[in-house]
This record gives sequence, C-alpha cells and structure tokens, in this order.
Amino acid sequence: MIRSATQTALKQPRSAFDVEEIRKDFPILTRLVHGRPLVYLDNAATSQKPQAMIDALTQYYQTENASVHRSLHALSEQATQAYEASRATVKRFLNARAAREIVFVRGTTEAINLVAHSFGRAHLNAGDEIILSVMEHHSNIVPWQLLCEEKQARLRVIPINDRGELLMDEYERLLNERTRLVAVNHVSNALGTINPIESIIELAHARGVPVFIDGAQAVAHLPVDVQALDCDFYAFSGHKLYGPTGIGVLYGKAEWLERLPPYQGGGEMIQSVSFAKTTYNALPHKFEAGTPNIAGAIGLGAALDYLESLPLVSLRAHENAMLDYATELLSEIDGLRIVGQAAHKCAVLSFVLEGVHAHDIGTILDEQGIAIRAGNHCAQPLMERLGVSATARASFAIYNQKDEVEALVCALQRVKEMFG
Amino acid sequence: MTDLQQLYQQIILDHYRHPRNYFSLDAADRTAEVYNPLCGDQITLYIRVQDQRIHEIGFQGSGCAISQASASLMSISLREKTLAEAEALADQFCKMLNGENEMAIPIGELAALCAVRKFPARIKCAALPWRALYKSLAA
Repeated sequence: MIRSATQTALKQPRSAFDVEEIRKDFPILTRLVHGRPLVYLDNAATSQKPQAMIDALTQYYQTENASVHRSLHALSEQATQAYEASRATVKRFLNARAAREIVFVRGTTEAINLVAHSFGRAHLNAGDEIILSVMEHHSNIVPWQLLCEEKQARLRVIPINDRGELLMDEYERLLNERTRLVAVNHVSNALGTINPIESIIELAHARGVPVFIDGAQAVAHLPVDVQALDCDFYAFSGHKLYGPTGIGVLYGKAEWLERLPPYQGGGEMIQSVSFAKTTYNALPHKFEAGTPNIAGAIGLGAALDYLESLPLVSLRAHENAMLDYATELLSEIDGLRIVGQAAHKCAVLSFVLEGVHAHDIGTILDEQGIAIRAGNHCAQPLMERLGVSATARASFAIYNQKDEVEALVCALQRVKEMFG
Repeated sequence: MTDLQQLYQQIILDHYRHPRNYFSLDAADRTAEVYNPLCGDQITLYIRVQDQRIHEIGFQGSGCAISQASASLMSISLREKTLAEAEALADQFCKMLNGENEMAIPIGELAALCAVRKFPARIKCAALPWRALYKSLAA
C-alpha cells in the first residue's frame, strides 16, 4: 500500500506542501521510542529514508542485482543502466555540465580524502598553503593535515566572529601566491551557518586558486548549482539527503578530474594493464576502482527523484519556518543560549543550557522519544573557538513539524526541572 | 522511580553540583588526565600515596553530571584504600557498569551509579574517572 502511494506521488509532482503527507512517506516516523512517538531532530547526522528509496534498494537486489560495466548478460546491462541513470540524476541535481564529472564515493569523507590524495600528490609542494575555516568538520581538516605533514605544506585557517560567521576580510588576507587550494563547508554542521561560498570562490579564482566545497550539510536544504557557483569540487553524502549510507558524490570539473592522478587502483579504473604500463579508464571510472556501491547509487538516485517530486521551494520555506519557530521558543527558555547566531542559517539549532551538560540533555530528551545530537559535532577547533566543550543540537528536515518543536521545548523544561 | 529518575537521583545531582575533593594536589605523586573526545568531558586525578595507601585524593574536571558525580563518588570511596584495594574496587565497579557481574554492585554511595547500566551510551561517562585511576595506578 505504502509503495503504491509513493509511486503515485512520484508520477504527479505535489503542488502544495503538506507535512502530514510527507511524513507518510517515511515509515520510521510511525515508530515509538521509549513508548512515545519518535521526534527525530538529528537530521544533520543522518536523515530518515522515504519508502520510495527503500523500495528502490529492495527492487535492485530482488530483480536487477549484477556487476556493472563488465559482464555481457542482461542483468548486468540493467544494473549498469540503473547505476548510470543515478549518475545522470545527480548530474541534473547539481547542474553539472556532464555525468562524467560525477564520481560515486562512500561519502563526503571519502570525497575529501580523494581530492586530498590526488590533488595533493600532483599539485602540492613544500611551503604551499591550503586554506580551511575554523568551522570545518574534522573530515575537512584531518585529510588536509595528513597531506600537509607529508608535503611539508601549511594549513591556514579562516577565523569567525562570535556569531559564527566567517571573517571574509581575514580570508582575503590569507589568500596569497602560496595558496594552492581553498576547502570550506557550504553549511556548518555544528552551527548551521550558511557560508558565502560564492564570494569565497570568486576571491580564490581571482588568484587562480581552486576551491573544494564540503556540501554535506547543504544539499538537503539549499539549491546547489555547481556551474553557477563555479566551484572546482563539491562533495556530499547520500545518507544526509534521504538516501542510503555508504554512497556519496564528488563533483569535479572535468578539466580537474582529467588532470588528477587516480585515487585507488584496481579493476574498473583501468583501460589496459601490463607490467610495463597501465592506462587509466575515462572519467568518472578512473576514480571508481573496484565494484562500486551499485545499490547505494541507485538508492541515492531514487532519493533525489523523490525529493524532486516535491515542491522544493515551499519545502525549504517550511524547514526555515521550523528553525525560526524553534529559535524563537528556545530563546525564551531561561539559561538557554543558542550557539551560532549567523544572519544566514539553515536547519541546525545548537544550544547550551546553564548548569546542564549537553550529554545529560541528550539522555533526558531521548527518554521522551526525542532524538538530538549532543557533543562536539566532530568540530573540536570550532568548539574551542566558541569556548564550549559540547552543545546540544537539534536539526531539521522536511518532515519535521511544529508540534515536534513544542515537544522539544517541553522536554527541555523537564531537563531544567530535574536539574533544578 | 523510572530508569531516568534513578540515573539522575538526588545523590548524583548533589555530587555533580557540589563535587567532593574537587581540588588539585600540589603534593600529588601521581596525576592522570583523561578525556572523552565524544563529549569533551575531562578529568584530572591527583593522588598522594603513603605506604602503598591512597593518603590524599583530589580531582578537577568538566563534563556531564554522570562523569563528574562518578569522579566525586570515586574520590570518597578511594580514601585510605591500599593501591591493591583501589584497583580491586575499580575492577568491581567497571564489571558492574558492563553488566558482567550482577553481584558486583559496589557498596555505599557508589551504588547510586548502578542505573547507568540501563543507558549504554553513558557507561563511558561513568567510567571516565576510573580510567584516570587505572592510569595513575599504572604510572
């Protein structure tokens, strides 16, 4: 029943946005946690999955499962078609010029490691510099750190103000003739800040410096057009975008991907192999060694199809309304401080409560069926800059609704009562 | 009492708000610092040993109610224990946390931490100060 309802939905784009209807597409939202309805506010960690995506995975394994690109039989042909159709869907979603600019990877982390490895190997020398920001996730710090250690290159860090916004004049000062790459996130996972990546890219390009954008927290909430942005690389994970875990995307401009050496060696990524010389396969296969996550790619394609069947504009307005409503209600709680007050934010609300550690908040909320994240959000340098050891973080998705925000507020009152 | 009320029972909240033996010991002959990178909880333990006995003990740190109350309760339970007794108590406590030994419920106020077993994600918090103890015993 659920499945046929979803299929109908996919055929006819919904004109109006009805959160109740959207919630029916996500089977997990009906379950109870500790005897209470699940209030899932940990979407920045991973989103829940629509039935259409779950069905696509099942259908692939039930009817099309085969290795892609190599075998000559019918199943392999179908699997290859479905896998490549997903690549075409991602290309459309990001508005890339060509499908060969879309590389399937495990997730954003692998995409960053790929660029650090391949770009770093070919284009980084001792004394060169890479610019990051202080609000990066550890995954957009550590690969560059490893690279810099190996190459005796240097990391430069864009600072922020107390609201959690990048200091753009400081960024301009950091750009110099030794800068080889700028790698920043589009949206901060810990604060929800939307960074001015258009200006970041423009300023870098004015000096001939390429830019990598970590889009893990952005793609589910903002329109992304890689041609309009003119970024050189853009990465995201499928699982934060209603897709499966273990699949992600690296977009790279074809001229960059052509120039970069391969990341991993293996089958699929080669054209011919001899002990004297190996030639590499064409893009994007050059970067997809081994049997890929075929089901994951197909699931991601289905998740994007699902998302594109919805009225995206009103959906994003709804998410913003949830963030605004939560910001308003939480601001009224005595002793609660919102961490990250950038002028441009999306989907993430980080906060601390006087006298109560974020972990204790997390445990007490969980008892009420409310899932949030508590901790340093894999952003220790940012936490240190802001002078907090941990925050509680509520993060929103298309299926969240007002009464869930109200449940969060009630539960926080209970936390306060317990800690009196 | 619900599991949650047991977890945050009065004695735990009291030790969180008013930790006992919360100081650094200049005369400490063993200090150990531990850190939980997941939540940023941190504890530094100071011990002065005399005749193989914990003569003085203090700690400083920051973090959640469970880790800080556990440190405070631990500091009380270890005073005047021999190093061997301290290690045995740590073993007993950690076995209790991991649910390995139902009979290992420690006596006294430490028993207040038993409810942590029902919250697997929080076992690391309660164990944090005891990791500091192991570290200082090994030093």
